[in-house]
Amino acid sequence: MQTVKIVVTGPFSSGKTEFIRSVSEIDVVSTERKISADAEKIKETTTVAMDFGRITVDEDLVLYLFGTPGQRRFDFMWEILSEGMLGFIVMVDSTRPETFREARSILETFRAYAPTPYVVAANKQDRPDAWDVDDMRVALRLDPKIKLLPCTARKKDSVKTVLLELLFSIMAEMDQSGSEPSGR
Amino acid sequence: MALKGNLRDFTITQLLNLVNLAKKSGTLIVEGPGEIAHVSFRDGKLAYAMIGQEDNSLASVLQRNNKISVPQYRILKERTSRMSDKELGLLLINAGYVSQTDILTSLQGYFTGVVRRLFTWVEGFFRFEIDVTPPVDRICVRVDLENLIIEGARQLREWEQLQEEIPSLDMALKFTDRPGANLRNINLSVEEWRVVSYVNPKNSMRQIARTTKMNDLEIRRVVYGLLQAGLVGIVRPGGAPLPTRTFPNNNRDEQKSLVMRLIDRIRSI
Repeated sequence: MQTVKIVVTGPFSSGKTEFIRSVSEIDVVSTERKISADAEKIKETTTVAMDFGRITVDEDLVLYLFGTPGQRRFDFMWEILSEGMLGFIVMVDSTRPETFREARSILETFRAYAPTPYVVAANKQDRPDAWDVDDMRVALRLDPKIKLLPCTARKKDSVKTVLLELLFSIMAEMDQSGSEPSGR
Repeated sequence: MALKGNLRDFTITQLLNLVNLAKKSGTLIVEGPGEIAHVSFRDGKLAYAMIGQEDNSLASVLQRNNKISVPQYRILKERTSRMSDKELGLLLINAGYVSQTDILTSLQGYFTGVVRRLFTWVEGFFRFEIDVTPPVDRICVRVDLENLIIEGARQLREWEQLQEEIPSLDMALKFTDRPGANLRNINLSVEEWRVVSYVNPKNSMRQIARTTKMNDLEIRRVVYGLLQAGLVGIVRPGGAPLPTRTFPNNNRDEQKSLVMRLIDRIRSI
């Protein structure tokens, strides 16, 4: 059995758990805990270690989706989770511009861990107060070459689109790369 | 319990706040990156400060504040080496070279400058010694700490923001591809020029900081400015080992086939 993994990261409450839940064939193995700090109580629970979803491709291949904890104090988990990933998705809450800076920082951190392809998902685009994707690109200081995709994490089709775009990027990078492929 | 610990857990601003609120007297000794600073307080007010081996004698401080000239400073150093700062101060006032206000404002400026430099120390150990007092031959001042605390809190916020923007100093810098940009026409500060001269994907920001003798805050501040101006971008340092991607096998065609299988599967969900 072959296994590969994609990491879903992003700031606190950006929708990582919901994203994985939308496409995972198993109930997401979630390590959520009740939030104790009042300042962070915009939702009841948060992920403290990782979320874990699975998509069986065929008899020989399984894709695992790992969601990172969003709160910075659990960032020791990030590097562990990023090891060996095919690529990663940075989730950003389109309705909370105060988290854009944090999203940018997380993106840079993951880029430092591994030079794998990534896409940025502008989540909660179904909300009336969501920022326009083009405005978010400016605010997040994203290069035009980086895919910034509108997303609604609770909708399966939307999540599929984001995953597919990441896989297309991985494929494109393999086509462009002149160097020998890496592997273990 | 002795007041001692690590700057990671307790910042300089928090320490000043504590000294201010408790109206403490004594000396805060901070062992930072490569230097030791002594900052003395009397009844919760800043009284005296010294950092590393830096000359903080009255003559030196007055010369740095342009209250006396360099030749005057040299003469004073030669002829008054056995004189205490208090005696020297009286001598200069009586001779009409400087006023008492000149002396006090110069020393206050120097001592607060030392504390400001400590705000940039984010790593190191501190201890507060109530029995350690400033050298008896030195002139002490009385500076309220409130303004310094506010300034320190502002710097702390800046530090946190810079850390978010530039989380790792192990990354390198490269010039962005902007055909129109001509570096010679851009007004950079001395610090920025020093960093710019080392911009190269082979040099990590940490290496640049070490070479230019900047601490973590200073290098982040300069790099942040260069990033905002669009002059540089952050890249993985050249030559650093790249983490491997986990494909179950090494064959490129099989890897591509694997990704295609993933694509097909996701489409079918």
